[in-house]
Formats: sequence, C-alpha cells, structure tokens
Amino acid sequence: MIQMKNVIKKYPNGVLAANGITVNIKQGEFVYVVGPSGAGKSTFIKLMYREEKPTSGEVTVSGINLSTLKNARVPHLRRQLGVVFQDFKLLPRLTVYENVAFAMEVIEEQPKEIRKRVMEVLELVGLKHKVRMLPNELSGGEQQRVSIARSIVNKPKVLIADEPTGNLDPETSWEIMEIFEEINRQGTTIVMATHNREIVNTVRKRVIAIEGGMIVRDEYGGDYGYEG
Amino acid sequence: MKGRTVRRHFRESFKSLGRNGWMTFASISAVTVTLLLVGVFAIIMMNLNKVADDLENDVEIRVLIEIFNDEAEMKAAEEKLIAQIENLPDVSEVVYSAKEDELNDLIQDFGDELSLFEQNNPLHNVLYVKAADPQATAKVAKEIDKLDYTYEVLYGEGKVEKLFSFLNISRNIGLVLILGLLFTAMFLISNTIRITIIARKDEIEIMKLVGATNSFVRIPFVLEGMWIGLLGSVIPIVVVSTVYYNLYHTLAPRLKGNMLELLNVTPLLYQVNALLVLIGLLIGIWGSFMSVRKFLKV
Repeated sequence: MIQMKNVIKKYPNGVLAANGITVNIKQGEFVYVVGPSGAGKSTFIKLMYREEKPTSGEVTVSGINLSTLKNARVPHLRRQLGVVFQDFKLLPRLTVYENVAFAMEVIEEQPKEIRKRVMEVLELVGLKHKVRMLPNELSGGEQQRVSIARSIVNKPKVLIADEPTGNLDPETSWEIMEIFEEINRQGTTIVMATHNREIVNTVRKRVIAIEGGMIVRDEYGGDYGYEG
Repeated sequence: MKGRTVRRHFRESFKSLGRNGWMTFASISAVTVTLLLVGVFAIIMMNLNKVADDLENDVEIRVLIEIFNDEAEMKAAEEKLIAQIENLPDVSEVVYSAKEDELNDLIQDFGDELSLFEQNNPLHNVLYVKAADPQATAKVAKEIDKLDYTYEVLYGEGKVEKLFSFLNISRNIGLVLILGLLFTAMFLISNTIRITIIARKDEIEIMKLVGATNSFVRIPFVLEGMWIGLLGSVIPIVVVSTVYYNLYHTLAPRLKGNMLELLNVTPLLYQVNALLVLIGLLIGIWGSFMSVRKFLKV
C-alpha cells in the first residue's frame, strides 16, 4: 500500500529530515510511527500525502508514484487518503456537517449520497447530535472526531494521522483510538505518528521508530521503547 | 465540472459574503469610495473634453472672395474657388455666405446704423471653411491662401494656436489624472480583498489538504470578489446618476446658446455607469484571483 525506497528529504535550511528511509506498509496494517520530537516523524508522514516532496528516492502510495506525480494531480492522490492532524484542521466557519460534507463535495458526489454518508460517519464517531455546531463550540476530542469523520467519509484505503491524540487528554485519546481500531477492522490501512506511550504499549501493533531521519526499529507488536 | 458543483460554488460565494460580515463590508466600502471618485472624475473629464471639442469645432476659416465687377465673372470665380477648396484633403465643410447675408449679420450684431451700407455694400462674399481635423486649420488656411480669387484668408492666427496648445495640455493632464486614479483604485480595492483572503489562508490550506483542486478552492473566492465589485458599484452609480441628472436639468436651460454646454444625460450616464460596473467587476475578480493564487501551493 505504501512503499518508500531510499527516501532522502533535505529542507532548504539544511535540515536532513529523512536520510535513506526504506519501508513497506501492506494493506490493512496498523502502524505506529514513534520517535523523539524533531526526529523526522512528521516529515515521514507528510511525504505520504505529498505535502513534502522527497529530495531523492521513491514514494508510492496505493499505486501512485509520488515522485513523478504532477502538482495538478495531487488533489486526486489526497482523495484516496484520509489525513488526520494534531490540530484538527477543521474549517472554522463551517458546521460539523458542512466540514465533513466538504470532502465529498470536492469529489462532486451526489447530494443525496453526501447526506446519507455524512450522517453515517458522524454516527460512527458519535457526533450525530452535534451536526449543526461550529468547531469552536466543540471540545478538542469532539473536534478530532469530526476530523476523523471527514478523513474517512470517502472510504479511503489509507488513513494517515499525525499525532491525532497530541492535543487531547488520556481519556479522550482512548476514545479516538477505539474509532481508529474500528476503522482498521473495516480494512483501512492506518499510519499513525504518536507520542502516546500508553496507547502504543497497550494496543500492540507494528511500531516504526524514527531517529535522525532513519528507521532505527521496525517490529510487529513492539512497544513504545522510549523511557522517561 | 458538474452542474451541481457550479451551483455549489455560487451558493458558497454568497454564504461566504455573510460569514465574513465585516470583511465583506470593508471591501465593499473600499470599492464604493474609489468608484465614487472615479465616477465623479470621469464625468468632469468627459464634460471638459466636450468643452474642448466645442471650442475646437468653433474654429473656422473665413475666406473673403475677391470682388469682380462683372456678375458672370464673379460667379465663375466663386464656383471655381469652392470646387478647389472642396478638393483640398483636410476640408470637411464649405459654406457660402453672400455679402448681403454678411451685412445682415452685422446689422443684427451692431445695430441699424449700419443699414446705410445696404445701398452700397462694401463687404465681400465669404466662404466659411472647416477643417476635418480642427488642429489642421492653420495648414488648410495656408493652402487656401495660395489659391486664386481669394482676397483674404482669416482664421484668428496666433490665438487659435494658443487655444489648441492649451486644450492639448489640459487633455493630457486629464488623461494622466484619470489613469492615476484608476491605478489607485485597482491597488486599493485589490489590496482590501487581499487582506480579507489572507485572513482565510488557513481555510485554503485545509481545503487543499482534503483534496480540493485549485479551481475548486478558487472559484468561490473569485465569485465572491465579483459580488463585492458589483455591490460596491451600486452606490456610486446611484449617486453619480442622481447628482448629474439634477445638475443637468438645473444648469442646461441656463447654458442654452452659450459656448459651454453639458453633455446629454442619456449616453453619458450609461457610459459612466457601464464603466463603473466594469471596473468593479474586473478589479473584484482580478483581486481575488491573484490573492488566492499565492496560498494554493500546499
């Protein structure tokens, strides 16, 4: 589903955020990406939805070669992925419903289909009763659930999450985690960068540890691995 | 693009005007103020231009025809002269005025004492010649002077040249001023729109991250800019039209028969209003198009 081959990413300011990353993530996997701040986790994630372009090497996501992908085709890549951000990235002036529906309007879906599917995913994340509210009227956990609903509304094969629980309290983090597991059970590949030791150690999945732009550990059912 | 997406873009552009309440108000006000200036200035300039044209068109050449004692000879000479003048390249109009008519004009202007001359009219028959391009009057006059049977060719030498150079200078100043004003208007309006869009650059980024194409993000913004331009031109059109309409109807009767006349309401206001709507629309569209473009690279 996601392949990277000798990927190097050097930012204009000289920071080497990916230094020869090679990885293969298969369909239906649930992968944690862990590592200290500034190790290159975010860059690793951003390379997958083409917010960043690799300096060299090859990135392939669900059969699309990102190295040769034209800028104009990037939206089409992003429609095949769901992306969840630490800061939710909801449109502040749109209601919960409109935020989720937006992702479907973008792909010019039938209005009838949009109404049906939006309510469906909002029910899945448990926000059916708050569809008319604006993002700033919701708690952090609720906002993150809206953003998850938006990311899965188009039934993507891959869900990419960059520290989705980073701004949330432990209890809410668990709620979010349950939603992710449910989505994963339905067959969606999930790549999740996280600092949450408790989650990684409890819900055992494949763990990829990144340090200094390199993969230093890649084990199935591994633990968080960083003390203190 | 599908029909429902086009409808969605229109719907979204209207909603956005409301959601951004104060920003929308600020943008529309900027458009209103600048277009008001442009409209007032355009009307003033167009009227000044008309005065200048009228002054120019008043310039004509008086050709006094040589006097012959023999009627037939006189007639033949006149006909030949008229034909020759009409054949000159820059001449647009030749009007013949017999010496009796000339005298009548003088009597009308200066009083009945002159009617003494009716017995023995000392005046010449006259041709009034207009140049196709008023600025070529002096040249035409010189060419007529070379022809036979002319007694004297008069066109207000010296004064006419001064008038023309004055009119040309004022026209150029007007042109520079109006271009400057248009430039300022474009700058001011597109800058205001840019500020309102910068305030929403996060939204643009999010839309791109969710998989929206550039045009999907851009079209509602551009439509919004268009509405702002359109709404902003409403007040200027109403104000300029009412003021000029009333001004025209108060001043026009008093100016009748005068050298100075105002331009008619009908073509002028249509032209100026069309200009205002056009500027509003174009700047609105162009301003938002350019401002969004910068934030689309996500």
